[in-house]
Order: sequence, then C-alpha cells, then structure tokens
Amino acid sequence: MGVQEGDQYVIAFEQASNRDVSLIGGKCAGLASLIAAGATVPPGFAVTTQAYLETLAARNLGSEIQTRVGAAPSNEVGAQARIASEIRELIRSEAIPGRITDAIRFGYDKLCARAGGDLPVAVRSSGTSEDMPDASFAGQGDTYLWTVGANAVVDRVRDCWASLFTARAMAYRDKHNLVHLDQAMAVGVQQMVDARAAGVAMSLDPSNGDRSKIVIESVWGLGEPLVSGLATPDYFVVDKVLLEPIKRVVASKPTELVADIANQTTVLREVEEARRNVASLTEAQIRAVARVVKAVDRSFGAPQDVEWAIDPQKTEDEGVVLLQCRPETVWSKKACSPVLSKSYAPGIEGVLSTLMAPLALRKQ
Amino acid sequence: MNAQAKFPSPYEQKAPKGAENWRDLYPYYSLFQEERRKDDEKQFWFCDAQHWPTPFRPFDTIMTDYAVKCLGQYNTRHLLVPPANGVDYRIHNGYLYLSPIAVAPEKIPERVPHFLERAGFYFQNWNKLLDNWHVKVRGVIDALEALRYEQLPDMVPKEWVFEGRGLDNTYYLMENYESALQLCYKAWQYHFEFLNLGYAAYLDFFGFCKEQFPSIPDQAIARMVQGIDVDLFRPDDELKKLAHLAVETGVDTALMSGSVEQALGAVAALPKGKQWLEAWTAAQNPWFNFTSGNGFYSSDKYWIEHLDIPLGYIRNYIVQLRKGVTIERPTAQVAAERERITKEYAELLNQEVRPVFEQKLGLARTVFPYVENHNFYIEHWSLGVFWRKMRELNRLFITAGFWSDPEGLFFLSRNEVRDALWDYCSAWAVGGAPTGPHFWPQRIAQRRKTMDALAQHRPEPALNEPPAVVTEPFTIMLWGITTDRISVWLKGPADSSRLEGMGASPGVVEGLARVIRSPDELDQIRDGEILVAPVTAPSWAPVFSKISATVTDIGGMMSHAAIVCREYGLPAVTATGSASAVIKTGQRLRVDGTAGTVEVLAN
Repeated sequence: MGVQEGDQYVIAFEQASNRDVSLIGGKCAGLASLIAAGATVPPGFAVTTQAYLETLAARNLGSEIQTRVGAAPSNEVGAQARIASEIRELIRSEAIPGRITDAIRFGYDKLCARAGGDLPVAVRSSGTSEDMPDASFAGQGDTYLWTVGANAVVDRVRDCWASLFTARAMAYRDKHNLVHLDQAMAVGVQQMVDARAAGVAMSLDPSNGDRSKIVIESVWGLGEPLVSGLATPDYFVVDKVLLEPIKRVVASKPTELVADIANQTTVLREVEEARRNVASLTEAQIRAVARVVKAVDRSFGAPQDVEWAIDPQKTEDEGVVLLQCRPETVWSKKACSPVLSKSYAPGIEGVLSTLMAPLALRKQ
Repeated sequence: MNAQAKFPSPYEQKAPKGAENWRDLYPYYSLFQEERRKDDEKQFWFCDAQHWPTPFRPFDTIMTDYAVKCLGQYNTRHLLVPPANGVDYRIHNGYLYLSPIAVAPEKIPERVPHFLERAGFYFQNWNKLLDNWHVKVRGVIDALEALRYEQLPDMVPKEWVFEGRGLDNTYYLMENYESALQLCYKAWQYHFEFLNLGYAAYLDFFGFCKEQFPSIPDQAIARMVQGIDVDLFRPDDELKKLAHLAVETGVDTALMSGSVEQALGAVAALPKGKQWLEAWTAAQNPWFNFTSGNGFYSSDKYWIEHLDIPLGYIRNYIVQLRKGVTIERPTAQVAAERERITKEYAELLNQEVRPVFEQKLGLARTVFPYVENHNFYIEHWSLGVFWRKMRELNRLFITAGFWSDPEGLFFLSRNEVRDALWDYCSAWAVGGAPTGPHFWPQRIAQRRKTMDALAQHRPEPALNEPPAVVTEPFTIMLWGITTDRISVWLKGPADSSRLEGMGASPGVVEGLARVIRSPDELDQIRDGEILVAPVTAPSWAPVFSKISATVTDIGGMMSHAAIVCREYGLPAVTATGSASAVIKTGQRLRVDGTAGTVEVLAN
C-alpha cells in the first residue's frame, strides 16, 4: 500500500507500508510492518518527510541553515553547540504552512474522534537515514510523551524536526561526510496507552536459546520501569507451538508507573496490597501476548524482542498492543538449534543409547 | 533430596486392624518374608496403585504374577535390554509394590550385541510381526471361548465307553481349568511382546525432543506421537453410533426407561426396533468385551455381562443429542493439531538434526499404535473372556454346593481352586461327598472380611530408602515416578489447598470436584464436574464427554487418564499422590493441565 493523493503530509499507520521508509522514517515503518505481521499497535499516523521538506522550502529555511552550518568552525565545540542551538531555534520559531498544520490537526482529530475527546499521544522522531544505525543516530531524535491537544501536537512535531540539529547529530554527520540538509525527518504521532500492565517479550528463551519458547516479563502499569531495569517483573514462559504457559514466577510489585494525563506526565505510585503479589497478566492475557509475539516472529522469520502493553480501552486480543519490536541479536546469530555438538544415532542404535543414558546419571 | 528421608520398612508395619491374617491370602513368594529381610530392606519399593489401586483377592494374584513375570522376561531373557532387567514385586497389606532390577554394570556390554540383533529384528519387521500377533491373540481368545465348565454327569457318556476312550469327564474339566490358566499366561506373554520395545522407541524420541527443546511439555511430545483412530476408543464410539441410530430410528424414547430387558423389549415392539437391535447385537462382539475397571480384578464388570452399563451410557448420549450437543470425539481437530504441532516443532530445528527428528518420530509413530491398542486386545477382550470363564467355573462350584457366595471362587488362590476341583472330581468318582462344602464357606466369609479391612487402609506410596536419583527409564515413563515425585511424597502435602502433579493434558479449567473411588460410582458424575480419582481406566471413556478435567493420584504421561484426556481435549493432572484423599466432592477446583497443578479455590 503506497501513498495516495492528499496523503502527502500525514499517513495513518495502517495505511503505511514498511517500504515507505524515506517518507515516514524507520520508526513508523517498523510500526507499519508490525501491523502487516498481524499485530495491533496503538493507533497513530506519520507526519511525512514531505511535510518537513515543504516547511523548510516555504520559509526558505534551507539556505538560512546552510549559511549557519558553513559558519561553524569545525574544531570549536562551544561554537558548534551555539550554532546548533540557533538552527533549532530557527526551525521552532517559523510558522508551519497552513496546509501542513491542517493536515496534522486533521490527523490528530481523527485519532481523537475514535475516543471522543482529546487524547494523550506520543510524538516521536522517525529518522530516515538508512546508513546510520538506529541507536547512534535516529534514536537521538526527540520524543514527547503524554502530549495532549492539536496545538501542542503541532508544536512537538516542529520540535522533533528541530532535533535533527543537535550538536551531536551534526557532528556525527560531519564525521561521516553527510550533507545536513539531505537528512529528512518524519514524525510519528501515536496514541499513548494508559497500560493496565506492560512489559517485554522474547520469541526464544534467552537463557538457553530454545526457540520453542516465548518468554514474557510483565509489571503493573506502564512498562518504562521494567525496560529501564527499575522493577522486578513477573516472569512467564510459554511453549511457542502449543501456546501454553509452562512456567510462572510472580514477583512482588510494590510500585507502578501510571499516566497523569492532566499534567501530561506519569507518576510512580504504590500498588495496593491486594494486587502486589498477584500476577500482572491473566492466563488469557499471557496467551494473547504469546500469540502476537509468535505471529511477529513468524512474519519476520527470526526471533524478536518485543515491547507490549495491555490497553484497558481495547477488548479484542485481551487488550494486547505492541509498542515496539526489534530483532533478537544474541542467539539469532547462532544456529537455530542449541544442541549441535551431539550426534544422534539412527534407529535401534538410538533406542539403545536412550536406554543406556540413565547409566550416565547413575555414575554421577 | 534429604539423605535421611526414607519410607517405612514393611517389616516394621503392623497389619491393618481387622486384617491381621492378610498374609494367608497370598503366595509365600510374593510376601516380605522375615528370612530375606536383609535383602528386601535394601531395596526401594514403590506402590503400583496405577494398576492395582485397591487390594486384590487371592485368585487375582494370577494377574500380578503373570503381568510382572512377563514384563520381566522380555527385558531379561528375550531382548536382553542392556541396562535393565525386570521388576521384582511384593504384596504388602493387599497392595502391589515394585522394585526394578538393574543389570550389573560389568554385564551390560555383553548384552548389547544380543539386544541389537533381537530388538533390531522386531523394529525392522514390526508390522509383519504385529499382524501375526493379532492372529495369535485371536487364537487365545477363541480357545478361551471354547472352554466349558459343566456339572459332572451321573454317568460317563455311553459313546466314550463304546469308543474305548478310557477317560472320564473330570479329566476334561480339570484340563479346561489348566487351559484357562495357560491361555491367560499366554495372553500376558503376548501383552509384553511389543510393549517394552514400543515404550523404548517412544522414550528415544522423547529424550531427543527434551534435548532439542529444553522444558518442552511432555504432553507436546505425546501429542506428536499418539494415534488418531485407536481401537481402544472403538467401544465408546460404538455407543455413540447406537445413540445416534436410536434417535434416527425413533427408538430413543423406548430405550430411556426401565431395565435392560424392559427397554430392549419396548424397542423390539417398534417399527424400526429390529434395525436398532441388530446394530446393538453386532456392536457387542468384540466391542462390549470392555471393562469399566482395568481387567486385573475379578470384581471388574465387563459390559457384555452387564448390559446396563453400556445402555446407561447410551441413555446419557441420547440426552446430550437431544440437547443438540456434539458427542463425537473431535478426531479431525486432534489430527490437524497433531500435524500442526509436529510441523512447527520440526521447523524450529536446524538442517542437521531435522532428519533425526523425522526418523525418530517415524519409529515412535510406527510402534505407538501397539502401546495404545494392546490394552483392548489383552486387558479388555482376552482377560474379559478369561474372567467370564472363571465365573462359569464359580457357578459350577455353587451348584455343587461348595459355597453360596456369588464370587466365592475368587477368594481362593488359583492353586486352591485346583484343590477344590480335585475335591469335587474325586468325590464324584468315588461316589462320596466332597470336603469343600464344609471347608470353604466360612473361610470365604473370613477372607471377605479381611479384604474389606484391607480396603479401609491406604497404602504407603513407597517402602524403604529411595535412590538418590531415579534413573530407570520404564519406572519414569510408565509409573510417573521421578526423583521430584518421591520427594513430594516424603514431604507430604505441605498445603492441602494446592497439589502438584504431572501436567498430562493441557488447558486450565475451574469447576466442582467429584471424587470417584470405584467405577460403580461413575453414575454420580454431573455435567461439567472435575473427575478426581486414584486412577482412571480408559473404559471410563463415556464419562469423559461429561467432565471438564481429570485429576489422578497416580500415572505418567502415558497413563490411561493422560491418553484419554488428550484424546478428548480435556485438561488432566496425574501423579498428584493424594488428590483423591485430600480433595472432597463439591470443592471448587482450578486444574492447570499444563503446569500440573490443582488448587482448591473454595469448599
């Protein structure tokens, strides 16, 4: 599915395709491929690189930026930082052409129409640079969580564009001989999930590389404390083929992170006694998470590392939505089966070695 | 495991109250005798409550004797399974205790070439040999069916005199008794001809899967191997067909009330009654040679002798059909799931081991139908005819005035029956009176009381000191006895609201418990209840369409409860050790057949 007439500034995720990286950036394309894999992600849209480029062109910002970049002494860190800051200020202070702000507002209103009120959204940079690894560059683009209201969304989109011009990003491009103005920025606008529970999952057992397992970690509330290692999660192992939970370890969870929508932020609060030592996922939710993770693993043809949440507003799939997904890197580089060194005898010899195997135990 | 933890010695246990002379019921070689205390106390014995959940009568030791001996002969003498001989046994307080016998390490290598040659021959010629097995077993059944136990006539037949036969009727009567024992013995030998190898091939595939996919659920492996069209399920399928036919031909209402005779009489009077009755009769041979027990007890009721049992099940099915319930097993679904599961696990393997997987799976699937089906041909059909013939002999003794107890014969050992038969024949020959009628009635009454007292007593799960690690493959696979399980037994149920066992069939279900101790109580089960029993028999199949899950005290992944539950798509937890004692009927349970846990949620 490609771009249609009138969609040049915003594209809903479900209309996007992962082939549209140059238009919607890597982050949004990743969400599009999750949808294609059969997963549900929180609804949202991409503000395209076209919107960014036309804004620069309309105000003739390109040459303005070029001039300043040219003036930057390449060896003076303080001056570089000052110039980067000036460029960011330049982008932030310029008005965005009406047709583009209208498109962003329209996109946001459409999102809110589903919920019937202003929704909190995440506004995230979605970089397009294919030759730069995600962690070292695109990840540096700004992210604004719990943004509420169309005006605020438009402002945050512009802030994301500006974040192309941090001193670090500029130094990186200089080092790699990349032209600053060749790098376009898309922005993702996505509904925030006030998760009942959230966590991570892997489509293999990271302890032994067993690809027939899905391992899930889960906490009450939002997933950030788990991802940043500040909370001990519940732990579930699910058989990937049967989709049956085969192991559960429930942790004590004294606190949870929840949304404070009025203040457009989150707060850490105490979990009431009755819920602390209770599994943060029901049996059905464990299965639903595993089902989605399995679908994504199969669609991408490789083990995946997934962030998910339980959206209390959603009824289908037990409320499971995927927030992020990246390839698992440790075991995936090895052969798919962990037991390689052993050779197996066929037929009767195999049966014999099985009958003899307990002898080894007896000698221990 | 705690090194000091051990089970009691049988030598230090008193006889249960009221059963002080229980040792008189069983043969000398089957008891813990003071003279061999030193050796017997060195061995670890576990109670085989899976096959013998209740104390057995003196005559019924024929089954323990033959089963244990014939299991052993194949490991020890036919196939020379390198590390494992047979399983020794003792009877203690009316229960059977087993102890596997390992082969001395230095003897193992010399057995290997013999095993490869002999077992290899069976694996290579499996289907051909198995076809012949069916012929041999049919021969046993036909020979058993031909046996007669008739009253001795006043005179030897005239023809025998004129043909100069020189023999009397007692010769044939005694011969027929000996033949029954020998045919039963033959059936037990055939029972194990393929079984040990079948389990070994299954174990080989099982071990492979456990290495490739650590912590793969046991039941996933079982589901890849187990058959779809299993003869063991045919009797139940026949009842379902008869229920459908009853509704189609309009005889269902007539079938629903009264005794078997009344119901069949009412059906006969209907226009299409004959059609249904013909189907009912046709199904009986062989499929009603089916016991609601396991075939090891003289008290087992076989459908063919108790038509009220299959008729009762048919009535239940008719009720369900009228409610619009689908009563057929979801065979297409089970078959599709089996293929899906197998394909998905195979796809997770790399190119090098995938052919190994296919090969081991292929062998396991070749041998496994026998593991599932032998049960019908031996326990249900062959032993069913054997017990029926012994009841015929029992009626002869009753007619001859030896006793009036309707099951008197089974309170004699098989050798005592031989004596009683001699007593009867000899008295007939000399024209005098037998001693039996004076001797047996009070002894039978006394033994009945002893049996009742034994039944009140729960057996110790095991005796003496357990091994540090259970390594005997058959013990683990057939009886579900693992190092962990023993440790749970030793600790006892720490928390009676939570039991752990073996997750034998997947799924999670909440419902009300129904504790069933004997097949006679099966009619108490209500729709949606969770069946809790010391052990189940596959012939309880008709209740599996009513219940929502099964919990047993005993049994491994290949126990009958596990196989039937997987077939019916019901959660099952086996080997809990004490569920049927701890759980009470009416308690609300949560059964997790994947994790192998049972929680009591409310009383």
